[in-house]
Order: sequence, then structure tokens, then C-alpha cells
Amino acid sequence: MTESTNTTRRQVLRLAIASLAATSARSAQADPAAMNDAIRAFTGGRTPSTGPIRLDIPSLVENGNSVPVSVRVDSPMSEGDHVRRIAVFNEKNPQPQVAVFTLGPRCGRASVATRMRMADSQQIIAVAELSDGRFIQTRADVIVTLAACIEN
Amino acid sequence: MAALVKMPQRARAGEVIEISVMAAHPMETGFKPGPDGRLIPRNIIHTFTCNDAGVEVFRVDLSPAITADPYLAFTMVATRSGMLEFSWTDDRGEVIVEQRQLIVE
Amino acid sequence: MKPDTAAPDWLGRAYRAIQSSGLCAVTGMLALTTLTAQAVEPLRSGFDTMSEPIQAMQRDDDANPGMLSVLQGRTIWSREPAPARPSCAACHGELQTSMRGVAARYPRWDEGGQRPIDLSGRIKACQERHQQIAASGSESPQRLALTAAVAQASRGMPLSPDPDPRLAPPQARGQALFTRRIGQLDLSCAHCHDAAWGQRLGGSLIPQGHPNGYPLYRLQWQALGSLQRRLRNCLTGVRAQPWPADAPEYVEIELYLVSRAAGLVVETPAVRP
Repeated sequence: MTESTNTTRRQVLRLAIASLAATSARSAQADPAAMNDAIRAFTGGRTPSTGPIRLDIPSLVENGNSVPVSVRVDSPMSEGDHVRRIAVFNEKNPQPQVAVFTLGPRCGRASVATRMRMADSQQIIAVAELSDGRFIQTRADVIVTLAACIEN
Repeated sequence: MAALVKMPQRARAGEVIEISVMAAHPMETGFKPGPDGRLIPRNIIHTFTCNDAGVEVFRVDLSPAITADPYLAFTMVATRSGMLEFSWTDDRGEVIVEQRQLIVE
Repeated sequence: MKPDTAAPDWLGRAYRAIQSSGLCAVTGMLALTTLTAQAVEPLRSGFDTMSEPIQAMQRDDDANPGMLSVLQGRTIWSREPAPARPSCAACHGELQTSMRGVAARYPRWDEGGQRPIDLSGRIKACQERHQQIAASGSESPQRLALTAAVAQASRGMPLSPDPDPRLAPPQARGQALFTRRIGQLDLSCAHCHDAAWGQRLGGSLIPQGHPNGYPLYRLQWQALGSLQRRLRNCLTGVRAQPWPADAPEYVEIELYLVSRAAGLVVETPAVRP
């Protein structure tokens, strides 16, 4: 049996997906409003500024099945001055949030990487939460070409 | 299920070490149809944590946008010798745990 | 109402778009050409045509997702498959030493079955004859893992086709299959992989189509898969009826592919887009 937290998470997720699907259906192109909503939820309404945050992602990928993403923030990562969280958002996947990394002074550096799936060419945004409560962000555009020979 | 952990075996106190991990998991998004045409239910790893002597030093909340066999890379300050514990939890509540000894000189 | 990025929809749209545009040009160009099998020169592994990030993924054993299956295969190798049944290690010893060079010489002639057999089929035969267990399917995670672990022990070694004369007739059949037009698109393997390698089909670079990395992790599959699976993709790609699982055609084509690729090194577990 699933724990109640997992069930609640799934229910929230289903609601989020349903509302995102509804949002997407309204316009012919993907609606970045859902991504902006997700960013606002992450920052608690605060507007991120620019800052020493760097998002590394290929600008052109042959297929979107595995796209390496890395984010670095120039931070001393000390008790008094460090990165608390780094979140990555995307514009056109069914969900706007790709991953949230929770860091702290024990990390030594604010440097994270993963691999993501991208169904379409889109914008990726990385937002970092700093220990003084500020948020900084950066963005990158990725073009995804499509594989020609489809399995099914 | 298995997971690969790449990290140094030894480090100097205060040194920042690089750690990368990769867990075997299909990360089913819930949007893919199976051979019978029906959607395969969503099942992804939703949380990864790295603990040092019971203290959480790094956490990731993953989404279906992360690839199958998810790869994660991060850094950590080596403080004292001990067992690092890496843990992946998926939607079904299944947990993968890997432990690695770090010797700090 | 559906998410606008549901995978099957955009793939279908993309495929139909490619069919109506670029692919017609290629087909038209090649329609009048009668193709026979020819040596493909210079020999280039699919690795060479990949983008740098995917090459890096294959090179790094800690980032190559195919290595997860290799690790699983090594565990299966040392484990008793059932109570009182020998493990692979019980007969063969240590995997890395005993299996070194083996995968580079497959497919081979199987005395027991009196037919050519690929590495995965040999593992199945061993499991049934010597371990007396029911082998799982050719695309099952366990079979793929064991095959990947055994093939990885030959990584870096050049493909060395078995010169056994009994393999000559099935290899000739494989060569004929490679040059035969099939499917609604009426294309043979040779049309793309001999005559048009290096050119683009839709957004993708056409590789020469070598078997030296299998089983491999295909990013499109988000999983490790066999050469059979990849050949089935090709058959579906030209809108032909794929042969059933474990049909002799697959091993016959593999015999020809290995001779065509002789000299390329084993890359298992390769990563491909």
C-alpha cells in the first residue's frame, strides 16, 4: 500500500498535469505561463535577478532522449553565504519542473548535473536560492531535432 | 535494481570531492503506451539523498523529465572518515541504497 | 484533452513529415539504382558519427547507462540460477578472463542445433543444456545483461568473423537480405547504409549500420537492447513486417554484418541515439 504522502503527491501531480494540459490546450504553442507559475511557486513570489549562475546545456541535440544539464553557482558555500537550492524548469514538457537540488555548506561547491528528456525545442531556466533569501536565474534555449526512424 | 557510485576512496580533510551516481530505473513518465496500447503507469524515482554519518548533505527531487537510469553529479566537502549512504526512492516506495566508505586523511 | 507533448503523437507527425519530404528525395534518387553488396569504405563505427556528449557518455563507465546492465550480468554470472544448478562461473571461471575475445568471434556454428547461433542464443543454449533452467526471452533484462557482460569482456578487440565453411551459406543469405528491397518504402538496408551513409535522413545522420556495439543502450529506447531489436526498428522503419523474435534471418544478417564490419572493435555496451 502506498503511504499517504505518496498518494497526496500523486493527487497533486494529477491535478497539476490536468491543469497544465488544460493550459496547453488553450493555445496553439506551448504556454510558458505554467513554467512561470512553477518558478513563482519555487521563489515564493519573489522575482529572481541575474547573478553568478551558469546553465550548461547543448544548444542543439540530435534527439531529446538524453540531454546533459549542469548548473553552477559561484558561491563560497560557507555557513553564512551559500546556495540552498537549485531548480531547473522547462517550457514544453508536460511538467514545468525538471529537478530541485537541495544543497548546503557541506557541498563545498554549488555544482550539479543530470540528464533530462526533452520532447521539443524549448527554453530551460535554472533558478538558485541563496542563503540570504535572494533568487538568481539564467536561461538557455535548446533546439531538438528529431530521429528519423521511429520504432513503433 | 543496481546503482553505480563514482567517488574517490580517500580525500584530504576539507577537500571538495566529486561524486556521480547512476541508478537503474525506467523512470516511467506515465505518458508512454505499452505494447497493449495502454499507458504504462507512472513510476519514477522521485527522491535521491546523500547522507554522511546520518546527516543529509545533498538531496534531489526528480521529475519524469529526468532520463531513465538517472544520472546525478554533485560535490561534497570531505570532513571525517565514515560511511556515505546514497538512497533512491521511487513512486512505488521501492528504495535503492548504496553505501561507500570514504577515508579522510 | 491531452498533454501536447505526448510522445506517440509528435513521433507520428514527425515520421509522416519526413516521409512526405526528405525521404521521398532519397527514395527517388535511389529508385533507379540496382544495388549489390559492396565493401563500405572507409569503415566507420557509429561512434564516430555521434555528437560529443553522447561519445563522452559511452566512454565513461560511470556515466554509461549500459554499464548498469553489465554489472547486473556479472552478478548473474556468479550466481546459481536455481538450487543445485551450476552458476556460469562454476564451469567457466572468472568472466573477464574466460570470456575475453569470445564475443568478437560470434555468430558461430552451433553443433547442438546444427545452425548458426549468436552470442545471446549461445547463452540461452548453455542455460538450457548445461544449467537445465528455462531461459528468459531474448529481450529480457536478464538475457541482455548476461550478453552485455560477456560481450563487454571483448571490448576493444576487433571483430573476427568465424571462418567455419558451414557459416558461408547462411552468411550469403544474410547478404542477400541486406540488398533486397522490402517494405512499403521498398528499400534495402544497402540503400541507406551502403549508398547513403554520412547523409541525413530527417535530422539524423545515417550510420554505416555496424553490429560492433551490441547489446547497446539506445537513448531512444531509454534501455539496453539487442541487435535483433534494432533490426526490427529498421524493418518497421521501411514499413516491412518484422520477422518474429529469434527468426533465423536475424542471425544470417548478423553474420553478414560482422564480415562487413571486420576490423571494427567491440564497443559493448555502446551508447547510440
